[in-house]
Amino acid sequence: MIRLDRLTKVFETPSGPVVAVDEVSFELPAGEICVLLGPSGCGKTTTMRMINRLIEPTGGTVFIDGRDTRAVDPIQLRRSIGYVIQQIGLFPNKTVAENICVVPDLLGWDRKKSRARAAELLELVAMEPAVFMDRYPKELSGGQQQRVGVIRALAADPPVLLMDEPFGAIDPINREAIQDEFLRMQAALRKTVIFVSHDLDEAVKMADRVAIFRAGRLEQFATPDQLLANPATPFIETFLGTDRTLKRLRLVRIADVPLGRPGTVRPDDPVGRARELMQASGCPAVLVVDADGQPDAMVSGSRAGAVRGGTCGDCAEPIRATIPLTADLRSAVALMFAHDMPLLPCVDAEGRIQGALTYAGIIRGLSARGASA
Amino acid sequence: MDTLTFAYDNLDVIAARALEHVSIVAVAVSIAIVTAVPIGITITQSKRAADVVLYLASMMITVPSVALFGLMIPLLSPIGHGIGTVPAVIAIILYSQLPIIRNTYTAIVDVDPALREAGIGMGMSAAQRLRQVEIPLAIPVIMAGIRTAAVMNIGVTAIAAYIGAGGLGTFIARGISQSDPRQLITGAVAVSLLAIAVDLLLALAQRRLTSKGLARGAVA
Repeated sequence: MIRLDRLTKVFETPSGPVVAVDEVSFELPAGEICVLLGPSGCGKTTTMRMINRLIEPTGGTVFIDGRDTRAVDPIQLRRSIGYVIQQIGLFPNKTVAENICVVPDLLGWDRKKSRARAAELLELVAMEPAVFMDRYPKELSGGQQQRVGVIRALAADPPVLLMDEPFGAIDPINREAIQDEFLRMQAALRKTVIFVSHDLDEAVKMADRVAIFRAGRLEQFATPDQLLANPATPFIETFLGTDRTLKRLRLVRIADVPLGRPGTVRPDDPVGRARELMQASGCPAVLVVDADGQPDAMVSGSRAGAVRGGTCGDCAEPIRATIPLTADLRSAVALMFAHDMPLLPCVDAEGRIQGALTYAGIIRGLSARGASA
Repeated sequence: MDTLTFAYDNLDVIAARALEHVSIVAVAVSIAIVTAVPIGITITQSKRAADVVLYLASMMITVPSVALFGLMIPLLSPIGHGIGTVPAVIAIILYSQLPIIRNTYTAIVDVDPALREAGIGMGMSAAQRLRQVEIPLAIPVIMAGIRTAAVMNIGVTAIAAYIGAGGLGTFIARGISQSDPRQLITGAVAVSLLAIAVDLLLALAQRRLTSKGLARGAVA
């Protein structure tokens, strides 16, 4: 657990004192990722560096697991906190194994134990230890260097990790991959992570909590969903952009929104029957089931409205896509757009339809979460 | 032809003189490394100290060697070493300071700030950073300074023959005073060959001492 209490930094400059961080307080529960987000010069990096005392605070206190960091020798403190920087900072004169083992070696670990740990960590990021342990950083690709930079911070198994725009210097494709990889590792390791970023999409993806900074002040501290649903100030609203609702979509899982229960018809039912069911269920389409009761097509409101008589089978369209309940709304909306489906059947792990997503349902779900946030 | 015959007939003397020559330079440059490298590291802590020290060392190198030897005669005579190898060694130590201090200072100051930050952030003390990161990275440039000092001072030592320090300069000095081109040329060529040999040897040492993780052949 990390708690900042009215943390303040004033830099003395020739043109007078500059308040870089102004009474910032927040509390991050153990095992969560907190992204410090904001434009450059907003104080986010200074705040992070005060946590491992690379910068000494002018005022206020940092508590790690309830302990005032001022009570700990700064060098010992830093060895107990993982540190990743944007420029990676691998030592070119050391091999990959030596780089990973910097902190274990400083802590005086047994060499066998630390090298075994290095191999284990390399496995974790899918780098074959036998191949990479004895290579030098210049013999690695940028993405591999970045991975080594991250696992180096994990080597001594510190409970807390500080990451200063760790994936900022990587191309977008590799960045996505390494972000996913880090989230997978985090799911198992449950580190308490302070992560500095200026990229909103990265923050939404990585964060359990987002701390938005502006001119040294903490503007809002909230979960990404709360933040996107209810920006606290006009500044944050501008910072998040007009498409913030779209960004929220990836945060919400289908299981978390109310699903419609579309009626079912048989192919030989008259179209009128489909129209009645749509009105009754509030869904913009009905499912057409075959003789075994399995849905295999759908009749949408627009198609049913266009014909006067006939059966449902005449105006049925195939179900072009379904989506698992565990997926996020962004994928769901993408499918609905791509296939022009007013209604997207949602399936459980066995492939059984559990309900259907509608545009109205998505909007209701988002606004309900926003209100409770 | 005369010169070759002379050289061939006197190979044993040339070898002895060359050994003398290289010993003076080796002793003096070794002592210079012990003083100049720590000075170069220390002055990275203060830009002002660095400016002053580099300025003094630069001034030192502008004093002509003959003048320096002349100056040392009255200074060292009270302890009985006004002439001979002692003033030669002292002169070389003084001349070696600038290339070694400057290269050490530049190499340490030029270490990528990201590496410094990573080291501090992971909990390395200043001494650990110096030993594990900064010096290993600075080795190629420091070695280049040592090579410069060694080669330059092989030339200076040749002049030290005039104050009785011995070495290959003896042939040159005698060649001039006796108007004997054979001795003059033998001495000059031998000094050049020695300088080339020492530089190659030190280049080999530089490669040995440089981490395989660093690009080869870094030069100051």
